[in-house]
Amino acid sequence: MVENRPLTNVLTHVGLIVGVLLVAFPIWVTFVAATHDASRMNQVPLPLLPGGHLWENLATVFGGESQPGGLATPMWRLLLNSTVMAVTITVGKIAISIIAAFAIVYFRFPFRMFFFWLIFVTLMLPVEVRILPTFEVVSNLGMLNSYAGLSIPLIASATATFMFRQVFLTIPDELLESARVDGAGALRFFWDILLPLSRMNIAALVVILFTYGWNQYLWPLLITTEQDMYTIVMSIKEMLVSAEQSPQWNLIMLTALLAMVPPLLVVLVMQQFFVKGLTETEK
Amino acid sequence: MLKRVHFPPGVLPYLLVFPQVAITLVFFIWPAVQALYQSFLVEGPFGLSRQFVWFQNFASLFQSEAYLNSFGRTFFFSVCVAGLSMGVSLFLAGLADRVVKGALAYRTVIIWPYAVAPAIAGALWVFLFDPTLGIVAYLLELGGIDWNQNVNGGQAMALVIMASAWKQIAYNFLFFLAGLQAIPKSMTEAAAIDGAGPLRRFFTISFPLLTPTTFFLFVINGVYAFFETFGVIDAVTQGGPANATNILVYKVYQDGFVGLDLGGSAAQSVILMILVMALTLVQFRFVEGKVQY
Repeated sequence: MVENRPLTNVLTHVGLIVGVLLVAFPIWVTFVAATHDASRMNQVPLPLLPGGHLWENLATVFGGESQPGGLATPMWRLLLNSTVMAVTITVGKIAISIIAAFAIVYFRFPFRMFFFWLIFVTLMLPVEVRILPTFEVVSNLGMLNSYAGLSIPLIASATATFMFRQVFLTIPDELLESARVDGAGALRFFWDILLPLSRMNIAALVVILFTYGWNQYLWPLLITTEQDMYTIVMSIKEMLVSAEQSPQWNLIMLTALLAMVPPLLVVLVMQQFFVKGLTETEK
Repeated sequence: MLKRVHFPPGVLPYLLVFPQVAITLVFFIWPAVQALYQSFLVEGPFGLSRQFVWFQNFASLFQSEAYLNSFGRTFFFSVCVAGLSMGVSLFLAGLADRVVKGALAYRTVIIWPYAVAPAIAGALWVFLFDPTLGIVAYLLELGGIDWNQNVNGGQAMALVIMASAWKQIAYNFLFFLAGLQAIPKSMTEAAAIDGAGPLRRFFTISFPLLTPTTFFLFVINGVYAFFETFGVIDAVTQGGPANATNILVYKVYQDGFVGLDLGGSAAQSVILMILVMALTLVQFRFVEGKVQY
């Protein structure tokens, strides 16, 4: 600090604390709602301090065959579907992006730039703008209501390809020269040198892509018609619709909490990589 | 772009780009071409006949009051989301940049919303503002404001704006903080020696130097508000009441997937694609070129 201003310092902390409380408030209220029983959650004003019914609510949500709102999918199944989708998207995106970036940076071959631009174009075509035709493609391929349909169409990634390309471009050429002098082929070089050097970036991408995959909403909404394939994030919609008739807010908010805990944990545990990776590479 | 030293060509590079390119072609390029093609067609009743109608779908869109309203609403929504979220984030980042002790603790909480899905964020805010039970709705009623987002279009819009902006605070905060921390300390110190207080320093040094970050974030937030807020809208209002929150992305979904108006929805898709392309190009042209300092 370049100067000593005790009052300003105190005000800074006050401002930050108020800001943090406001940002965390919706999540806190969700947690509180998940710890009360149904009757308490129907009395105005709603509580702001946690109650003692969290385990009971957890047991209700996990024990029952159906969810609030009449969704006939067990909770473990919703969580499993979300996990499979998020993990497949994360692993798939990283795998196909890193090898594509490797080819584009380290090989000279016909149509190299064409492939590069082709991948770039995916940035400009989010699912939201081509809803119907993409649905038709997936449906024609018989991928509706399957894990493949939930994840594979989302696996192409211009952002991850660019990021690996950026990383590879900063790796000194001498490494490749000496690897070749030692007789290493392309795949050996990739496996023994590039992959270990990209560790940090892979860690950052794991956070970003897991969150991205887990939080998908429109895509599963389009391609799942069987309730068994629903993800936890989409299940919240039916619960909210049902809340207008029979508000079981304690269970609905517990579901919302369960839907946000996995990505939240990943973000918090890998905070360092995530923050560095996000701000350094997404530009 | 390409390394000075590289491997000899052969089949390998093609194999390496194949998965990415195959998925791009099948699930991105092909549907986009389909959308373009369908936007020139009108489908007869029961999907039995198709007729090529040139730009008629586009023409009727731009004559439709509902579509033009949705356009205006989307711009209003996006500017509000970007402005609100960036304003709050910049304020918090400015404070966090001054803090020596506890900065990590503040950051740890502020990044929470990043992990929350838009649809879940919507659910959280619906709960806070539930007309009969919600805590904030209750407080507003004590203050004499009658809150009901299911009836009042303006309040519904305000709610989806708040939920969408809240979700984006984490992202903006991280970028603003990184931008502030990249500003050389010597500049701030020089200004402090010249007698400029913290506020003055922020507005005459930090904020101007943040311009590239601010511009970058404005584009990113715009794209977010345009396309990724689908989940918020679907969870909170489903475009209602009376279309008050029916933004373009939601309308494409409703007209195409729910209303099954093939040509009209495809034409809307094409317009949205042109918008994303413009935004992406702006982002790359300006940001890539000007962000270094």
